[in-house]
Amino acid sequence: MAHPSTYKPSTGIERWFDSRLPLPRMMHDQFMVFPTPRNLNYWWTFGGILSFMLAVQIVTGIVLAMHYVPTPEGAFDSVEKIMRDVNWGWLLRYAHAVGASMFFLAAYVHTFRGLIYGSYKAPREILWILGVLILLLMIATAFMGYSLVWGQMSFWAVTVITNLFSSLDTLIPGLGTTLVQWIWGGFSVGARTLNRLFALHYLFPFIIAGVVILHIWALHIPGNNNPTGVDVKTPKDTVPFHPYYTIKDGFALVMFLILFGVLLFYAPNFLGHADNYIEANPLQTPPHIVPEWYFLPFYAILRAIPDKLLGVIGLIGGIGVLFFVPWLDTSRVRSTSYRPIYKWFFWLFVIDCVALGYLGSQAPEGWYLFFGRLGTFYYFAFFLIIMPIVGLIERPKKLPGSITQSVLGPESK
Amino acid sequence: MANPDTSTDPSLLKDDDASRRDVILIGAGGFAAIGGAAMLWPLLDQMNPDASTLSLASTDVDLAPIEEGQAITVMWRGKPIFIRHRTAKEVEEATGVKVDDLIDPLARNANLPDDAPATDDNRAAPEREPWLVMIGICTHLGCIPQGQAPGQYKGDYGGWFCPCHGSQYDTAGRVRVGPAPQNMYIPPYTFTSDTKITIG
Repeated sequence: MAHPSTYKPSTGIERWFDSRLPLPRMMHDQFMVFPTPRNLNYWWTFGGILSFMLAVQIVTGIVLAMHYVPTPEGAFDSVEKIMRDVNWGWLLRYAHAVGASMFFLAAYVHTFRGLIYGSYKAPREILWILGVLILLLMIATAFMGYSLVWGQMSFWAVTVITNLFSSLDTLIPGLGTTLVQWIWGGFSVGARTLNRLFALHYLFPFIIAGVVILHIWALHIPGNNNPTGVDVKTPKDTVPFHPYYTIKDGFALVMFLILFGVLLFYAPNFLGHADNYIEANPLQTPPHIVPEWYFLPFYAILRAIPDKLLGVIGLIGGIGVLFFVPWLDTSRVRSTSYRPIYKWFFWLFVIDCVALGYLGSQAPEGWYLFFGRLGTFYYFAFFLIIMPIVGLIERPKKLPGSITQSVLGPESK
Repeated sequence: MANPDTSTDPSLLKDDDASRRDVILIGAGGFAAIGGAAMLWPLLDQMNPDASTLSLASTDVDLAPIEEGQAITVMWRGKPIFIRHRTAKEVEEATGVKVDDLIDPLARNANLPDDAPATDDNRAAPEREPWLVMIGICTHLGCIPQGQAPGQYKGDYGGWFCPCHGSQYDTAGRVRVGPAPQNMYIPPYTFTSDTKITIG
């Protein structure tokens, strides 16, 4: 909710500053007294967690860049040197690597929260589209970062993923090859490729940070959605962001950091692939190229489609379809809690995404391939068929009269 | 009405005045766009293969030490080149296949026209059937197929097997089981003597 400013400069210095650059006024209005629905649950704490993780990745990333060497001869050794020689290098490297996993974990929870509670529906479409854009940028950034280690998985992941673009040769002969050689800076993945991936891995997080500012801005115009999906009607429906939600978000962040800490200190390699501790060898492909866990569902979609170009379209479409969700969902009710038919399809979709993740980690043969295809079909059917149709035929349950009523019962005003 | 306000009433503008201003406006915008594009192109083109990469054009290989049934891998432009000295049985198997039975009916041979059919003759070295020289990269997503080293699984067609997604190639390097869409590519090469080739 774009609310009128309540900032009252109390000292002479504040008045002097406010009439020149009203930064304290903006902080006061947007992050202190900002009216926030009183019924937010813990799924609403992941935005704060994500901001924190972005900061963790940027800070650990900059310090790692002070010791990393982006050449095929130096890359793998410099990472080992960071692990062994650089003061606290092992901690910083693992924090950055495990941090990427935690970042995606939080991003996926955040995205599903939006899907469950209809946070993409009017008037929050631009907020949602910026979020999907951030997700795409995160995927590109994480992919480039993984390549920098220059282990076997790094090298072959770059080879396989950049080769996806060669499928464009099917449309216009030569276009795909030209594009891939432009990305590589040569006729194969090599020194030029690694060098530019380093430059872009450094650049992208700052683009993400820029889009995050727009994302928060786009949130603060309509204000937060809430678990009922009912709009804020009176000031009684809200509480000021600070201290109520700063403390709650802070508490959730501490819980999240405990999980981060357990993985970081006791199982730093649990989520990674052991083959990336083998130095890149352009003459030998590991028997199974398996991407990082957070890419597995999309990888399963790629391999489920037997055609090279269509597989690539499926892979990109898996994320691209999210851009259109505000217009694919035809229901006027925001929250899945009040949608008796849709909720079954929704939870089946959640199971489908987890199943695709598992299938992406297995060899694409026999039953794995069959279920991969079934899962891919449901993934797209959910967005393109179920969302528009169920929204039209479903009779929603009765919504509470207000956010306050949903918390304190129907008698309250 | 000595000085009519032309900014609020367009009908008072003389036609030639309007068109002259439009030319200046469109011209200025057009030149700005051309200048921007001319600046954008170097920023994009710097990523294309540079002079030192392009200079790695050719590689010479001595075939004399390769016994029948052996295969070696050499590097050319950062890509592995498979060179196999095929046995008579392997050549016979490859020759016996009808082009109609293949997934990809084209030879994919840089030394022949683009539409040459994928017969064994068009895949092997000219006049030297036992020799097969090709880029050892699976045409699916770029993995290196197995089958060069002795003891490696060569797939059901006795050629190469890609471990990434299970594509299989026959003894002429033609794809027989997908998902790879094309036969492995033959690089440009020539025999400079009976036992030497130049790739590239």
